[in-house]
Amino acid sequence: MRFDSVIIGGGLAGLTAGISLQEEGRSTAIVSTGQNALHFFSGCFESLQEPPQRMQDLFAGAGVRLHYREGVRLMPLGTFRPAALALADIDLVPVPHFADKVLIVGFAGFQDFFPAFLADGLAREGMQCRTVQLELPELERLRLSPSEMRSVQIARTLDRIWGKVIREVKHLLREEDAVVLPQVFGLQDPSVPEYIRQGLPVRVVFTGTLPPSVPGIRTQLLLKRRYEALGGTYLAGDEVVTAHIHGDVVHGIATRNLDSHCLEAGHFLLASGSYFSKGLKSTPFDIAEPVFGLDVVHADDRNAWYDTDFFADQPYMQFGVKTDTALHPLRDGQPLTNLYAIGSVLGATRPEFGFGAGLAVRSAFAAVDQILESL
Amino acid sequence: MKYQETTRSTHNFEECMKCTVCTVYCPVLQVNPLYPGPKQAGPDGERLRLKDPFFFNYALKYCMNCKRCEVACPSGVGVADLIQSARIRYDKTPPKLRDRILASTDFMGSLARPFAPVVNVVTGLGVTKSVLDATLKIDHRRSFPKYSGRSFEAWLRRREKEQAAFPEQVAYFHGCYVNYNYPQLGKDLVRVLNALGVGVQLLDKEKCCGIALITNGMSKQATRHARHNVAVLRKAVVDGGLKVVTTSSSCAMTLRNEYPALLGVDNGDVRDAVTIATRFVFEKLEKGARLRFKPGYHKKVAYHVPCHMERMGWGVFSEKLLRMIPGVEFTLLDSGCCGIAGTYGFKKENYEASQAVGEALFNRIRSVNPEVVACDCETCKWQIEMSTDYSVMNPISILAEAIDI
Ligand SMILES: Cc1cc2nc3c(=O)[nH]c(=O)nc-3n(C[C@H](O)[C@H](O)[C@H](O)COP(=O)(O)OP(=O)(O)OC[C@H]3O[C@@H](n4cnc5c(N)ncnc54)[C@H](O)[C@@H]3O)c2cc1C
Ligand code: SF4
Ligand code: SF4
Repeated sequence: MRFDSVIIGGGLAGLTAGISLQEEGRSTAIVSTGQNALHFFSGCFESLQEPPQRMQDLFAGAGVRLHYREGVRLMPLGTFRPAALALADIDLVPVPHFADKVLIVGFAGFQDFFPAFLADGLAREGMQCRTVQLELPELERLRLSPSEMRSVQIARTLDRIWGKVIREVKHLLREEDAVVLPQVFGLQDPSVPEYIRQGLPVRVVFTGTLPPSVPGIRTQLLLKRRYEALGGTYLAGDEVVTAHIHGDVVHGIATRNLDSHCLEAGHFLLASGSYFSKGLKSTPFDIAEPVFGLDVVHADDRNAWYDTDFFADQPYMQFGVKTDTALHPLRDGQPLTNLYAIGSVLGATRPEFGFGAGLAVRSAFAAVDQILESL
Repeated sequence: MKYQETTRSTHNFEECMKCTVCTVYCPVLQVNPLYPGPKQAGPDGERLRLKDPFFFNYALKYCMNCKRCEVACPSGVGVADLIQSARIRYDKTPPKLRDRILASTDFMGSLARPFAPVVNVVTGLGVTKSVLDATLKIDHRRSFPKYSGRSFEAWLRRREKEQAAFPEQVAYFHGCYVNYNYPQLGKDLVRVLNALGVGVQLLDKEKCCGIALITNGMSKQATRHARHNVAVLRKAVVDGGLKVVTTSSSCAMTLRNEYPALLGVDNGDVRDAVTIATRFVFEKLEKGARLRFKPGYHKKVAYHVPCHMERMGWGVFSEKLLRMIPGVEFTLLDSGCCGIAGTYGFKKENYEASQAVGEALFNRIRSVNPEVVACDCETCKWQIEMSTDYSVMNPISILAEAIDI
């Protein structure tokens, strides 16, 4: 099967590239072993300090609404972190002291949300907190399997009865001027968090839960749906195992499911993520990129890979595929001229593109521009 | 320093990093709170079961074996395989009469076929359905697949000479459904392949692939079927140098993946030769073969990727093939499992869950409002036709209808 471009990895970087290329009329395929880092996404796009219009447009086309406001966001354990660009349902507040009195609402039986820590954190910032656990009969059946009462299962139920949640919370409000709720709204329909916000007379702050991330999964669903609606081919659950390379050009890739059926293209994009997604693999001796055998920037001395202080920035997180200025990865020191490395497979080797989501989106756009120019 | 190069455990279960991604995509977990879910039932449970079989949980029977968890897992864990092989290893309760009946698709087919008109009327009757419901716990709200009066095997056997005349040959694993319920699909395949200059042969007496035996706790019988089938495949592939095509995604997945993974039956020398018909046809066209299409053909088609097609990663072949047909207006339905999962949805205890799982798909079909739903799986066809007003065709049948000979 032949495409204009084939993308390895269907996370934020791969989907951003795939949608951009399809929008320009190119035919593409994305091969993705499994799901990706968006399933753990906080909702805040790191290292994107300005709202890039191109990204806003691309996301708007997929139905993902973003908002930009420099400020801080409330973390799941009650601390605050600076943030600027986020999904529309993530509330970014200008200062940590965002209200005087806060009502923290949890759901009975839901273990992946921590009202007590939140209350401590908010109290440190001088806010008065009250914590309640909503008991909704509709959620009772989930409690039959307590370990599976996770954010996503709750969201599936609440997406049907969000009106009731508004009524119940309204009823509980006394003189609070803000409500903190877990991010368990709008798995399919991104409007639900907005309905909640509009339905309550006070400020609503949605806060992260333990994985899986409801806003992250929704983002993944919407981006993938947009990609497919544009005619993109998404091969889910398949793994690229080898590449056919002649000189400095990649001709095709072979996957586990398609066995002898090679995927050919003019350009290839490696968006296979970091260790977590197996875009990078570490052994006791080496850090390797498994598909193409690319050169990886890393320390030779294994003891220099990590800091024994668990909470320190870990050096191995810096490691990534070595690229030339055009994002062509190097193999035995030589660039592969129709391959581009994008997203977190780059590690921190290209600080000019940022890190986290910023790196994924910026490097994807940079590669797409070169592909569009080259033909 | 010596170190272990890989740590591949059975079904890769030690690779699980407890990320919970599989639990997001399990259709059963969404509707049945009694089911522990893929993570608990799969890798988490396996650690305990290895310590002591006492920890085997009978709720594992709720797993539909749809494999959506495996498609989603970022770590390559064989989640569904872990669950099914745990059932094979630890569930020693003898299968109920009902499950034995539902699982014996070829036996039931050969019994029912000669009396097809009677059987079809009888199984369509409200009173029969109530009796089956009360006695066997086969849900009365289900419609039954119809039986055909003449088997596909008999039809093709009468055309042996004519088929042998084609310059290229393939063997066809038609499966129980084509043989007993819907020979038309087999005839459609023959029409398409003949148009490509390919003659179709039967295998030397295939047996049911056995997927329903596996999921109904009859792994011994399934293993016998597997051994038999691998032997006849070997005759066609190794001795005859043939490719083997199927028109059922579940048969293909079982022959290729489940035999070695769940039943321990080695199919290494035949596996690569077993393929689904849409892939075979797509690859022929890609290599330059031509089909002539009827002028003015038009059809609005919505394609549903059956779970087992998704797991094999081959939905793309059916999709591209349908998109190639001039006059086909194509929509891809990305809405997950239809809920039937073979014999699963026929059981009374699963009926509600089964319909709830399919709801998203049914709604999506209604909103697309196609002329026909395309799908490579026979049980999806029953489920969609029963639950919506839309009819379902195999992509091969759509192709057969569109070509001009
Ligand atoms: C747990 C976690 C939480 C994070 N939270 C945030 C956050 O809140 N905000 C933020 O800005 N950043 C966050 N990040 C950083 C995150 O890495 C980036 O934001 C971004 O999502 C990375 O996207 P990516 O497309 O480069 O890689 P990934 O999302 O990792 O996707 C890579 C994909 O490639 C696939 N793949 C790998 N190898 C192959 C192969 N051989 N064949 C086929 N497919 C393959 C993988 O299965 C995976 O689906 C987080 C990262 C992690 C790990
Ligand atoms: S095979 Fe399907 S039903 Fe079984 S655990 Fe996996 S996703 Fe759930
Ligand atoms: S998705 Fe895979 S790695 Fe994650 S919990 Fe499930 S089995 Fe484990």
